[in-house]
Amino acid sequence: MSLPPPPMGLIAELTHRCPLQCAYCSNPLALDPPASELTTEEWLHVLDQAAALGVLQAHFSGGEPMARRDLARLVAQAAARGLYTNIITSGVLLTDAAMAELLAAGIDHIQLSFQDSRTAEAERIGGYRGGHAKKLEAARRIREADLPLTANFVLHKQNAERVEEMIALGEELQAERIEIAHTQYYGWGLLNRNALLPSLAQLEHVTAAVMAARERLKGRIVIDYVVPDYYAARPKACMGGWGNRLINVSPSGKALPCHAAETLPGFTFPSVRSETLAAIWNESEAFRRFRGTEWMPDLCRTCDRREIDWGGCRCQALALAGDAAATDPACAKSPDHGLLAEAAAAAANAPLDLVPRRLHAQDA
Amino acid sequence: MTDLAAVPKFRRGVKFRYDQVRGAWVLLAPERLLLPDEIAVEILKLVDGARSIQAIVDDLAARFDAPREVIGADVTEALENLANRGVMQL
Repeated sequence: MSLPPPPMGLIAELTHRCPLQCAYCSNPLALDPPASELTTEEWLHVLDQAAALGVLQAHFSGGEPMARRDLARLVAQAAARGLYTNIITSGVLLTDAAMAELLAAGIDHIQLSFQDSRTAEAERIGGYRGGHAKKLEAARRIREADLPLTANFVLHKQNAERVEEMIALGEELQAERIEIAHTQYYGWGLLNRNALLPSLAQLEHVTAAVMAARERLKGRIVIDYVVPDYYAARPKACMGGWGNRLINVSPSGKALPCHAAETLPGFTFPSVRSETLAAIWNESEAFRRFRGTEWMPDLCRTCDRREIDWGGCRCQALALAGDAAATDPACAKSPDHGLLAEAAAAAANAPLDLVPRRLHAQDA
Repeated sequence: MTDLAAVPKFRRGVKFRYDQVRGAWVLLAPERLLLPDEIAVEILKLVDGARSIQAIVDDLAARFDAPREVIGADVTEALENLANRGVMQL
């Protein structure tokens, strides 16, 4: 068996704890309890192994990665091993002291999420009073520290009309990158799909606004745009292919080819507590199952986009078509493609009530 | 049209380094990762925040014994491409 190429990135989901309660969160409904989280020593060992395996970028994510008191220690270790370090945060815990610690640790980039361009709307989604102002403060601290800043906005039908305002806010904050990312329907996002999925007209408005802003901001600000799969003709290359570019480690140490993969039945995902990262990446059944093109249904295997789309997303194939090994229904060639139009129609007149993301299901 | 007197710089947060595991140069940027081809690697090695595009072209034209117009077009195209991807500042 020849070895696969080494992974490019490690997504370190440090914790599922988060002060925000965004109903579009793509974390699993069954969140890892705090007591199950990897210890500092365990994460340090994961980072050492990741660098040796060929990982180039470490993305510290969650939940809210800043809820871990040892974040700066972990960033310092990753930086010392030559990894490019990135934090994906809500920013509400990014105080002056935390910023100073992260700078000393050698942080390379921070992605700051915003729930909306307007305070009241943002805080209704985040469920955290005062959160929006804290995010604006966090953006200022990142700017003053001379770190590159990405301003991330998650879009859905309840805020899509304000896309121009969001881009303007990103400009005002002097972000290097603006991410206009439509909700991806996994975990809490899937649970709340009817209240979040935009109409085709909303999607077209957002797309036109992004294209116009890209042209206007060319060479100054990069705008990354993530579309919702539900109106797509071709599926996204989820994670750049299963076990192809990225390795995700959950708060409790499960190594996953995609952070939603725990929803897939019939899998035993290896733990970094009991196996080496190299063995997991190179040899584990879980990472090999959908790697490459051998596993594909004929429809994908004979398609000239098989190494562009990689068959789309396995978790979405399961969630929508009931079979993780099927062609992603986001592909217009999929026999299940009609399910997406049905979902869009169901969302069209649905109530806007949201189930907020909570660590303990009984709170929900 | 890019001015040959312009001094290209890596944008904030961009790192260009040699990766021992792959035996290749890599360009690491905020949530982006590029594996530049051989020509781009030779250009990027000369980006130091002081050299102009013209100076880079002169250096490469001398070392690779190629016409300046050809090298000039290659260098400008490669740097503009990287600028559009948010990696370089021209």
